[in-house]
Parts: sequence; structure tokens; C-alpha cells
Amino acid sequence: MSAVGHDHGHDQEHEHHHKETFITKYIFSIDHKMIAKQYLITGIIMGVIGITMSLLFRMQLAWPEESFKIFNVLLGDKFAPDGVMANDVYLALVTIHGTIMVFFVLTAGLSGTFSNLLIPLQIGARDMASGFMNMISYWLFFLSAVIMLSSLFVESGPASAGWTIYPPLSALPQAIPGSGAGMTLWLVSMAIFIASSLMGSLNYIVTVLNLRTKGMSMTRLPLTIWTFFVTAIIGVISFPVLLSAALLLIFDRSFGTSFFLSDIYIAGEVLHYQGGSPVLFEHLFWFLGHPEVYIVILPAMGIVSEVMATNSRKPIFGYRAMIMSVLAIAFLSTIVWGHHMFISGMNPFLGSVFTFTTLLIAIPSAVKAFNWITTLWKGNLQFNPAMLFSIGMVSTFITGGLTGIILGDSTLDINVHDTYFVIAHFHLVMGISALYGMFAGIYHWFPKMYGRMLNKNLGYIHFWVTAVCAYGVFFPMHFIGLAGLPRRYYTNTNFPLFDDLQNVNVLITTFALVGGAFQLVFLYNFFSSIFYGKKAEQNPWKSTTLEWTTPVEHIHGNWPGEIPEVHRWAYDYSNPNHDVDFVPQTVPMKEGEEVLHH
Amino acid sequence: MTSLLVIIVLVLLAVALWQLTKIFDLTQVGSRVDDSQVATDKDNNIQGYLLFGFLAFIYIFTIYGLLKWGNLVLHTPASEHGGQVDHLMNITWILIFTVQVITQGLLHYFSFKYKGDQNKKALFFADSNKLEAIWSIIPSVVLACLILYGLYAWNNIMFVDKDEDVIEIEIYAQQFKWTARYAGADNVLGKANVRLIEGVNTLGVDMSDPYSQDDIVVSELHIPKGKKVHFKMRSQDVLHSAYFPHFRAQMNCVPGMVTEFAFTPTYTTSEYRELPYMVEKVAKINEIRSKKSTELVAKGQTALDPYTFDYLLLCNKICGASHYNMQMKVVVDTPEDYKKWLSEKTSLAQDIKAAAATPAAPEAAGAAGTSDSATVDTTAVKEAAKVAMK
Repeated sequence: MSAVGHDHGHDQEHEHHHKETFITKYIFSIDHKMIAKQYLITGIIMGVIGITMSLLFRMQLAWPEESFKIFNVLLGDKFAPDGVMANDVYLALVTIHGTIMVFFVLTAGLSGTFSNLLIPLQIGARDMASGFMNMISYWLFFLSAVIMLSSLFVESGPASAGWTIYPPLSALPQAIPGSGAGMTLWLVSMAIFIASSLMGSLNYIVTVLNLRTKGMSMTRLPLTIWTFFVTAIIGVISFPVLLSAALLLIFDRSFGTSFFLSDIYIAGEVLHYQGGSPVLFEHLFWFLGHPEVYIVILPAMGIVSEVMATNSRKPIFGYRAMIMSVLAIAFLSTIVWGHHMFISGMNPFLGSVFTFTTLLIAIPSAVKAFNWITTLWKGNLQFNPAMLFSIGMVSTFITGGLTGIILGDSTLDINVHDTYFVIAHFHLVMGISALYGMFAGIYHWFPKMYGRMLNKNLGYIHFWVTAVCAYGVFFPMHFIGLAGLPRRYYTNTNFPLFDDLQNVNVLITTFALVGGAFQLVFLYNFFSSIFYGKKAEQNPWKSTTLEWTTPVEHIHGNWPGEIPEVHRWAYDYSNPNHDVDFVPQTVPMKEGEEVLHH
Repeated sequence: MTSLLVIIVLVLLAVALWQLTKIFDLTQVGSRVDDSQVATDKDNNIQGYLLFGFLAFIYIFTIYGLLKWGNLVLHTPASEHGGQVDHLMNITWILIFTVQVITQGLLHYFSFKYKGDQNKKALFFADSNKLEAIWSIIPSVVLACLILYGLYAWNNIMFVDKDEDVIEIEIYAQQFKWTARYAGADNVLGKANVRLIEGVNTLGVDMSDPYSQDDIVVSELHIPKGKKVHFKMRSQDVLHSAYFPHFRAQMNCVPGMVTEFAFTPTYTTSEYRELPYMVEKVAKINEIRSKKSTELVAKGQTALDPYTFDYLLLCNKICGASHYNMQMKVVVDTPEDYKKWLSEKTSLAQDIKAAAATPAAPEAAGAAGTSDSATVDTTAVKEAAKVAMK
């Protein structure tokens, strides 16, 4: 294989490549392990910002238009005069919360961290196919994050048209102040983000295809690699479409074109736009937007599969079915975007088609859920914090996924579209689930990243409070959604009809505040363990995959000597042919040993 | 000052936590307890029970939610197709609850049952095509039924027969109010474009179109019970969404195009108010409101009005800062009351004539409703319209 040829060249280079300055090691590093850590830390910082924003607007929803000192401290006199959050600032917070969480935390923070860390380590490669492009990918991501955050400080406020930035609202500063400079920065930031994401994705794809070590066939890859690989493909297919939408929107906003705008009368004047359609934007946006939720959830699914198999001391159940279902989900994800647009004014016939394709996704999803559950059956479950988060992920994925049957059905979507029911659904199925997947990954591979262990008791506290609060926040939300309460309302006090929902809102916010506060336990555990955690063994979880054959201390090139050869699949846990309950992939098959799986 | 205190408290808490974990670690040095930070059998045992407890939490929380918040959700649909929607919804809910109870049960029960034990070895069970087939085929069949029923209902709801006898009404959206236009005696809405907005003609109706002559513009929507109403939606500025929760109806309003939705109301407003569930709901809401009123009065503010139910049209697509306050009252009348109400309204053509007779007569625009956001500079409008019309 080409991987072998590559090794020789790299090995020689490796011998005389040890002079590293602080800048090349920690800042402009081309080592995938360092880049992974950079992604993770940036993702965590963005996550803190994104979650804090959600707590702020949850407070406004529970205690509408009340004065909070904290609003004034965090938002300033302009956005929260006398500590009361202004109504357009509420929308700005909702918008930036969504953008940060979806793109900066759960796309870049999750894929960026774990694809970078695990792809070379688990397939047996010295580094990514292009370390330099990898570095650029991170720094473009960093730049886009800086631009996104800088939009919080422009005079007219950040983008406020919702994270879906539907024009004309996002195109016209007359419609909402956030559609001025804030929106320009949002679009620029996203364009750079997409460039970063594409560079990362192309790198992942090429690395997986070309740099696998000897013996590492595609059907011996751990499921993490499969999901990262497929995620990268979805990203390459769909992100450019969002880029085109963003560019066309920039044209409409700044150069007077009419791609998305037509017949508009606002602030007492008719605008010149004619012939465009906002529905076109919706199509372009959701052509990325829907695959995007799979870009977010697939890596989490891969991590969960891996963590669950390791900690069950059992092979993942239905390895090939898992791969098939990931491929099926990836394929279907590109032909279901219209279910976000059932009532957008597009032809109802299209709605029928999209209902059909959307509900089909439930089949591979069900396969995955049942395979995870069967993996637990008759296992020897080791409840490390990573395992708890994995079980939690399956639980929230099921709870959130099931309501997708309602939202994906055009008939039922009519009445729950854009209500809190949708918020409850997608936060559970992709938000919380992906976050759990990310946490599972962090707890599991922290020893690989930092050579130290996270404190497990703090991990247990973190998991249990988060698990209870996640349900506490999003379960009641289904009810207020079914009561018809629209999302993105600054307050519902103008509707006496919704007065009886206020208690529920207070309960939700209370759970959110407690859950949010307990993330500090995680932050403390994470940052203190980097420096003071217990030193990790080489293979603390007794795992079979290749990353645990590398030394604990990071070296450039991953393995000090030859790259190990792979002789078996990644899930030989409790193999009856062996006495130990795990057989690493590097262990050759015994004479006459049969392969016990398909 | 308080923020400084809060920060100090947080820092102290972090330090305390750090010290606690350190002390905890130190106490374990001598007792040769495993401090590898990898789960031990003791951890497995505790966490196994906790996971079982979590299953109980999910079940109990679900039951609690259904009992406590079940009566908050939309009840009896007020439109003909609403019954079909709710029926499909109920079937789907039964399916969801069944699957949820079973899968969460298995997930957490297996976690509890097979919690780790050093002396045991897991079963090597890698795959089974039979099982995979079972859980691919069963969902496929169930979903096929749901899809078929869903599509049947969807086609019924979304496609209006050309020769069906319907009332045509335009719903017109703008930041942050709704307006309605009735087609008048000919039941055909006149052409319109925002470029024609001028003075009282706030919807840009093309007055040269013969169909426009009898159109009526109002700010409160009245519809008759038992008659299919075909709504044509327009927006003048940004996306809005016309959401009638009680009628299970919703459609986006898109600038530059006309969207549509049709439904048949089945309860008049006064009939719907009498429904037992609504009587109970309104009583509860008024209880909450009177409690709040006493608080407000104590603070020297005005009390809240008591609430009586009315159907509403809400905006359900983010449309700007005051999105949360974009609503219109919807009244379902008996056909006779509806006819009477409509006959008392003046047509847009008459409104325009009246406005022309008294140049600065804002009351003539009364029919179109007044709202602070809608007051526009008429001269600017005229100029803009002239430019647009070239």
C-alpha cells in the first residue's frame, strides 16, 4: 500500500527534525495532536460563550423584562439599560448562541478535535496528509471565531436574524439593526469558517484513504474513523453550497443584486429589488443546514461506538451494519433538506417527497440505536465517565430522535413548526447528544492528549447533574411547544393565552442555570488535570486500537520506531480465543485462529 | 460591588473544590485504594444503580409532565382538517411512547444488569443478520404506514380544488402587524404589489384592476363557521409566518410571492369559549393573572385585564425586534353574523375616495387599522411609488 512507501520517507525525515521553538510547537504547529488540542481549547472557550448566552436569554424568558445586574455587567448599558435586556439584543443572543454552538463548538470543536487527534493515530499514520494545510485550517477557524466574536462589539449589534439568517431580514439593516455591520461580519466569518472546514475535511478524506498502515483495511477501521471520514465527505459536499448562499447574500446586501429579494417596501420606501426569492436562500441554506446536523452528530456517534465497545469489553454489535447505517444516513442527509421548508411556500408536492425521504432516516437511526443497546447486552460494563456520557448520548438521541417522526411528517409539522417543540427536538437529538459525544471523547482521550487522567469523581458529578438538567430543560419544552408557543419570542407576556406556560419557563431556566453552573466542574477538572492530573498509563482503558500503542509523551511522528502493522479488526474484546479480554489490533492472529465476526 | 463578590465566591469555590479533591486523593494514598482514575468495581456498582435510578427518573418525569403539563397543550382543533392532523398526531404519539419506554428501558436496564465485575468476562457477540433484519424491517413497515397516512392528509390539506366553493381572503404581513383583505362580492382579490402602496392604500392594491373595486381591507379577521376559507398570504418586507395554532394552520408569508393555505372553521369563537377544556384553561389563566395583578398593584402599577379567549393569528417566523408582539385577533362568526359584519365595512375604493376628499384625514385609514409601526410618511410613500411605477 502507499502507506508503506510513505513511512520510509517520513522516518528518515523524522531523525533530524527535532528542533522546535515555542512558536512552532504550540502556536503554528503542524503536528496533528497539537492542532487537535488547539481546536479543543478554542471549542471549549466558544462553548463557554455560547452556553452563557443561552443562560442569559433563558433568564429573560423566565423572568421577562426584569432587571438583572448580570445583564448590565455582561451586555453593557447599551444592550441592557438598567439591567433589562433589550428586545433586539435577545434576538442577537439567540442568533449568536445558535451559530457558535452549531458551527464553532459542535462542528469545529468536535470534528476538528477528534478527527485531527484520532485519524492519524488510529489508522497508523505519522501525521495528516498535509500538516501545513491542517495548520492553516486551524488558523482560519481561529480567525473566523475572532471575527464572529468581534461582531458582538459593533455599534449596531451582532447578527440578529436567527442562526438561519433568512433574508430579507438578514439583508436589510432597516429591518433589524443587527443586519448592518454585525451581519457583514457574520457572513465574512462564516465564509472563512467554511474555507477552514473544507481544508480540514479534504485532509481527513485523503489521510484516511491513503495513509492507513499495513493491514489496516477499510473494514478494520474503528467506527470513529468511519464516521469522521463520512462526516468529512458530507462537509465537502454541502459546505460549498452554504458558501454560495453567503456570497450571494453578500452580493444582495452590498452590490444591489436581487438573488433573494423582491418587491420590498420597508421604512416608508420601495426598494429596487425585483425577481429574487427568499425561498431560494432557504433551499441553499438547508442544503447545508440539514447535512450539518449529521456533520455534528456522526462524529459523536463514532466516538460513542468506540467508547461503548471499549467499556463494555465487547465488540461493537453489528460493525458492518453500523458502517452501512452511517453511509445510509450520509446519503439520505443530502436529500431531506426540504423538511425545514414544508410551510415555506414551496410546492406542497415537494413537501410529500421530503416527508418520504426524511422518515426513511429513522431506519438507519433505529439500527444504530438497537446496535448500541445490544452492545451493552451481556457486556462487562466499565462505568468510566466516558461510558456514562455514551449511554447518556444514546438516551438523548432516542428521546430527541423520536419526536423527529412528528417534525418530519409534513402534516404534523404544520402546527409545531417553529415552536418550542422544535427547540426541544433538535437540542436533544443533536445538541445534547453531540455534546455528550464530545464529552465522552474528552474523558476517553484526555490521557492521549495530555498524558494525564481526568478526575473520575468530578466526571461522575459532571455527568449526573448534566444528565438530569438536560432532561429538565428540554423535556418540559415539548409541552410549551405543543401549546403553540413560537420560538424566538422575546417574551410571551403579550399573549395572555400563554400565561399558564410561565411556570414551566421558570422551571426550564432553573434547570438550565444549575446545569450551566455544573459545567464549571468540568472546566475545573479539565484545566487542573492538564497540569496536576494523575499521570496516565499507556493504555488506561485497555483498548485495542492503535492510538494506545504510541508513547504517552507526544512525539512528532507518533511512533518512535516503525509504524505497527495491523492484524485484526478494532473490536477484539473478550474474544474467546484469547485469555485477556482485549486483543490489540497489532497482535498477529494465532495459528489457526478464526475470524469470529463478519 | 456585587459582581466582585460573586467573582470572589466563585474563585473561593474553585479553590475549595481543588483542596477537597486533593485531600480526597491524599486520604487514599495510605489505604492502597486504586487511584488510577479508571472505574473500579465499586464505581461500576454505584453507577449501575444510578443508571437504573435514572431510568426511573425518565419514566417518572414523563408521567409527571403528562399529568402536570398535559392540559397546557392545544386541545380540540377548531378546523375541519385539524381533526385529521390530531388523529395522526395521536397515533404517532402512541408509537413514540411505546418505542421510548422500551428502548430507554432496555438501555438503562442492560447498563444496570451488566455492570462491570472483575471476575466476569463479556460475551463475544459481534453480529447477527437476523437481528439487524428485524430492526430494519419493523421500523420500515411502521414508517411506511405513517408516511402513507401523512401524505394522504397532507394532500387533503394543502391542495385546494379549483372549483371548490371557498371564500378568498388575503393575509398581509408587515413589521409588526397583520392586515386582511376581503375579495368582496366578486370573491376575486384584485392584483396588488408593494410598489403601488400609496396613502390609504397600504397594501399596494392595484386600483386599476376591476376585481379590486370591491375589495375590503380590515385589521381584524372575521371568518364564518363551516365555510372553507382560502387564505392568500403576502408580505411587504421580510419573511413572516401566519400561524393559527387553534386551527392547526400555518404558512409563511414571503415578499415577492403569494402563498396559500385553506381551512374550514368548525367552532365559532363563542362556541370555542364554552368548551370545557377552554373554560378550565381560561379560569386558570385568570387565576394567574389576578395573582400577578395584586403584585403589580402593590408595586403601584396597573393591574392586568382579565382574559377572555380569542382565536389568534401569530407571527411565527423571526421578523425583527418586535416579532414577539405581532398578532391579530381572529373571530369565527356564524355565517349570518359574518355577512352582517362584512356588509358594514367600507370598500378600499371608498376609503381612497374619502381620503382624497379630506387630504389629511387619518381616520379614513381606520379600516386598515393603526399601529405606531405602520404610520408612514405619506409624501415619501407617494414619491417612492411614483419612482417605482416610473
